[in-house]
Amino acid sequence: MAAPGAAATDLEVVRGKRAALFFAAVVIVLGLPLWWKTTETYRAPLPYSQISGLNSLQLRLMVPVTVVFTQESVPLDDQEKLPFTVVHEREIPLKYKLKIKCRFQKAYRRALDHEEEALSLGSIQEAETMFAEPSEQAEGSLTVYVISEHSSLLPQDMMSYIGPKRMAVVRGIMHREAFNIIGHRVIQVAQAMSLTEDVLAAALADHLPEDKWSSDKRRPLKSSLGYEITFSLLNPDPKSHDVHWDIEGAVRRYVQPFLNALRAVGNFSVDSQILYYAVLGVNPRFDPASSSYYLAAHSLPHVINPVESRLGSSAASLYPVLNFLLYVPELAHSPLYIQDKDGAPVATNAFHSPRWGGIMVYNVDPKAYNGSELPVRVKVDMVRVMEVFLAQLRLLFGIAQPQLPPKCLFSGSKSEGIMSWELDRLLWARSVENLATATTTLTSLAQLLGKISNIVIKDDVASEVYRAVAAVQRAAEELASGHLASAFVASQEAVTSSERAFFDPSLLHLLYFPDDQKFAIYIPLFLPMAVPILLSLFKIFLETRKSWKKPEKID
Amino acid sequence: MAAAAPLSLLVLLLLGPGVWGQTDPPRDSLREELVITPLPSGDVAATFQFRTRWDSELQREEGTDHSFLRYAVLPREVVCTENLTPWKKLLPCSSKAGLSVLLKADRLFHTSYHSQAVHIRPVCRDARCASISWELRQTLSVVFDAFVTGQGKQDWSLFRMFSRTLTEPCPLASESQVYVDVTNYSQDNETLEVYPPPLTTYQDVVLGTRKTYAVYDLLDMAVINNSRSLNLQLKWKRPPGNEAPPMPFLYAQRYVSGYGLHNGELSTLLYNTHPYRAFPVLLLDTVPWYLRLYVHTLTITSKGKENKPSYIHYQPAQDRMQPHLLEMLIQLPASSVTKVSIQFERALLKWTEYTPDPNHGFYVSPSVLSALVPSEVAAQPVDWEESPLFNTLFPASGSSSHFVRLYTEPLLVSLPTPDFSMPYNVICLTCTVVAVCYGSFYNLLTRTFQIEEPSKGGLARRLANLIRRARGVPPL
Repeated sequence: MAAPGAAATDLEVVRGKRAALFFAAVVIVLGLPLWWKTTETYRAPLPYSQISGLNSLQLRLMVPVTVVFTQESVPLDDQEKLPFTVVHEREIPLKYKLKIKCRFQKAYRRALDHEEEALSLGSIQEAETMFAEPSEQAEGSLTVYVISEHSSLLPQDMMSYIGPKRMAVVRGIMHREAFNIIGHRVIQVAQAMSLTEDVLAAALADHLPEDKWSSDKRRPLKSSLGYEITFSLLNPDPKSHDVHWDIEGAVRRYVQPFLNALRAVGNFSVDSQILYYAVLGVNPRFDPASSSYYLAAHSLPHVINPVESRLGSSAASLYPVLNFLLYVPELAHSPLYIQDKDGAPVATNAFHSPRWGGIMVYNVDPKAYNGSELPVRVKVDMVRVMEVFLAQLRLLFGIAQPQLPPKCLFSGSKSEGIMSWELDRLLWARSVENLATATTTLTSLAQLLGKISNIVIKDDVASEVYRAVAAVQRAAEELASGHLASAFVASQEAVTSSERAFFDPSLLHLLYFPDDQKFAIYIPLFLPMAVPILLSLFKIFLETRKSWKKPEKID
Repeated sequence: MAAAAPLSLLVLLLLGPGVWGQTDPPRDSLREELVITPLPSGDVAATFQFRTRWDSELQREEGTDHSFLRYAVLPREVVCTENLTPWKKLLPCSSKAGLSVLLKADRLFHTSYHSQAVHIRPVCRDARCASISWELRQTLSVVFDAFVTGQGKQDWSLFRMFSRTLTEPCPLASESQVYVDVTNYSQDNETLEVYPPPLTTYQDVVLGTRKTYAVYDLLDMAVINNSRSLNLQLKWKRPPGNEAPPMPFLYAQRYVSGYGLHNGELSTLLYNTHPYRAFPVLLLDTVPWYLRLYVHTLTITSKGKENKPSYIHYQPAQDRMQPHLLEMLIQLPASSVTKVSIQFERALLKWTEYTPDPNHGFYVSPSVLSALVPSEVAAQPVDWEESPLFNTLFPASGSSSHFVRLYTEPLLVSLPTPDFSMPYNVICLTCTVVAVCYGSFYNLLTRTFQIEEPSKGGLARRLANLIRRARGVPPL
C-alpha cells in the first residue's frame, strides 16, 4: 500500500515541478517580452555620436582672395615666379568649444588687359565704374589689385583703398622682399574687409562665457528667419502739435534699398503707426542755462518701458520686432535734448537699445510757434530722421564701422547704406551664430532625451534631427570651401530643423506618466504572479542542489 | 454660411454707395459719443461709441466671395480689465482726453451689465465705390444699478458713475458729443432734471420709436469752459413710477430641456408682440459637434400650428472639425410665440478633450436673430454721415421697419463625464482578480496533495482535552 502511494506522490511531485517550470518558462519566454514590447515607448534612433561630434567641430572660414598684379607693381622676376595659391591660416581665439579658424586663400594672377586699362585711369572712381560692368563676384570672395608704386590712382600718401564692392587696391613696391611686403598688406586689407575677431565674438555673444562679452552693450540682434520693423511717431501733445510725417515715402526711399540689400539675411516687414498721448517714462530736467530740457544718460533705460506698453503687441509676430520711435516732445518740455555720460548734448538727439530699437527726439522748430495758434502744424524732415534710424538699424544688425589699416583710403558707402563686403561679413557672423545655436540646441536635446527615458521620439522628430545634423555639417563644409551663400542657407536650415525637433509637442506626450505611478499600476498584477513562481523556482533549485549533493555523499 | 451673406451685405450696402455724397472724408477721422439713457427702473445705461475711419490702398473686390465668409463664436468668456486694456489702446486718445477718460476699469466692471464690441468694415468713399475707407467702431455699454450703488438714491452724475468728469475734448476728434435720453420726461419737466441744462436737443427715430435727446457738444467751448469740467447730473424730481417698461416687438429666449445624460432638446422661443403685423426672422444657430442634432425632430410651432420655414440651410457637423450650422427664415405671426425645438444626443468625448472642469458643463453659443422689425414711427430718410453714431450702426431700412440683430443667451449643457480615475481603478481591480484566479490555478497545478495522518493535535485540542479531563469526559 505504501509503495504505490509513495510512487504516486513522487509522480505528483514531479508533475508539479514540471508545471512550475513550465509556468516560469511561459512567463519568461512569452510574458516578459510581450509586456516589454507593448509598454515600450517608441524611440527612433538618433545620431548621438554625430551630435556629440558637433561639439568639437572645427570651423574653417575660407575667404578666397584673388590678388591681381598689374605691370610694374612688383619686380619682373618676382612676377615670373608667381605661385599659384598661398594659404594664410589663423586661429581666432575665443573661449568657445567651436574652434574657429580663418583661412585666407590667396590666388595670384596677372592683370588682364581690361583691368590694366581700368587701373591706369586717373581716379579710383572711374576705375571702379569700369569694374562694375562685369558680373558680380560671389559672396564672400575678395579681389585685391596690386598697382604700381607710383600710380596716381590713389593719393600719394595712401597705401591702399577699400571699395564698396568686394574690391580693394593695394600699392605695390619695387623691392627684393616685395612679395612678402605686398602679401602682408593684402592680408591687412582682406582682414579689414572680411572676418575679424570682434564680429565673431559679437555674433557668439550668447554662447560665450559671461565675463568677456556681457559687458559689451553692442549685442547685435539674434539671428532669425525674419525681422519686423515698426516705425512709431509719438505725439504726446496733440493739442499743441499736429505732426505729419511721410513715412511711406521715406521707407520707400531710404529703408527699402537697405533692406533689399539685406534680403539674403532674412525676410523683413515694415509697418508704421502714430501714437498720441504716449509719454516717456521719465520727466526731463530743466536746464536754465540754455532754457531747454534734457534727458540724462542714466535715465534713458527708464524711458522705454512705459512707452512699450502702448506700442502694440509683439506677441503677434513670430519674428523679433525692431522699434524705431520718433518722439516729438510736449510743448511744455521743448526743446528736449539727450545728454551723454559727460553731460554734453548728443548731436543726433537719439539713442538706441540693443535688440530693441531706437528712439529719436524731434524738436519742433521754435519759430513755428510765433504767430500761429495751436495746434502747430509740424512737418517732419524725414531725411534727418531716416539718417539716424538707418544708422541705428546698422548698429542693431551688428554692422560696425570697419577697423581700417593705417594709410587706407575708404570709399563712402553706396546708396543702399551697406557695402557688399559688410553684407558678407554679416553673413559670416550669422552663419557662425546659426551653427552655434543649432549645435547647442541639438546637444541639449540629445542630453534631455538621454536623461529622461520615457520621452517618445517619433520618426519625424528623428528626421528633423538628422536633417539638422546634416545641415550643420554641410554648412561647415561650405564655409570651409568658401561658398558663403549656400553655407548661410544651410546654417539657417540647421537652426530651423533643430528648433523644430526641440520644440515638437510630441516629446511631451508621455511625460505625464512617471515611473512610480507605472509601478503602482503594475504591482497588483505582477506581485501576486511573480511571488509563487519565484518561490517554487527557489524550492526546485534547493531540491536539485540537495539531490546533486546526495550522490556525492554515497560515493 | 452662405445665407449669412445677404444680411451682412445688406448692412454693407446700406452704408455703401450713397453714403458719401460729395467730398472725400478727412483721413483718420474720429468721432466719439456717449449716450446716457435713464431706464424706467431707475438704473442708468451708458453707451460709448468711437468711430475711426482711415483711407486705405486696398481695393474692394467685385462682389463677395462666400467661401471666405467666416462665422465664429466664443460662447462665454469671463470679461475683466484684460479685455478693456487692449480695447482702449485702439482709441487714438487712449484714455487721456475726450470721452475715453471716463473708461475706468474698476467702475465699468462693477456694473450689472457690460458689453464691449469692435466692428471693422470697409466703407465706400464715393458713390461709385471705386475706393474704400476702413471703419473701426468700438462700442461699450454698461448699465449702472441704481439701488445697489446709489444706496437707495437714484440721482446720477458722471462723477458718480465713472468717478471722473469730462475736462477736455480729444483734440483728434472731429465730433465729441454726449446725448442724454429725455424722451419720456421732456413733456413735463416735473419728473427728471438734467443739469447743466442742455444747449440743444436732438430728435430722431431710433429703433422704430421717437426719441428726444439732450445734446452736449464737447467741442463747443461753452459746455466745458463754464466750470472747467462737465459733470452731467440727472435728478429725479419724482421717483420714477412703477410703469412696466415698453415691450420690444421682438425678443427671444433659449433653453435646454430633457433629463438624463443621453438625450435632450434645444428650444428657442421667439416672441412677436406686435398687435397686427407679422414679420420674418432669420435664425442662425451653430451647435457644437458633441451635441448630435437629430434634424428630423426639428419642429417649429406658432399658435399651436406648425410653421413651415420658407428657407432652411443646414450644414451637418463633422466630429472635431466643424459645428452644426442651421439657418432658417421663419415668419412670425402677429402677437405670437414661436417655438423652435430640435432634439440632440450627447456625444462622448475623448478623455483629453474634456475641459479642466468638465462637470461644470459645456457652453453652447447663442443663436442669432436678424429681423426687419416694424417701426412705431416712420423714420425720415436722413444723411447717415450727419446723424449721431448710435443711429447708424443698424440703420432703418425704408420707413416702416428697422433692422435688429438679437443674440439669445448662451446655454450650459452638461455632457456625460467619465470618472477620470476609472482607468486606474479598473486596472487595479482586474489585476487583483486575475492574480487571485492565477494564484489558485497555480496552486492546483503545482502542489501535490496527500492525505495527512491526524497528528496529536495542536494547542486547542490539548486545551480541550484538559477541560474534558477535568469534566471527566473521555478526551478527543
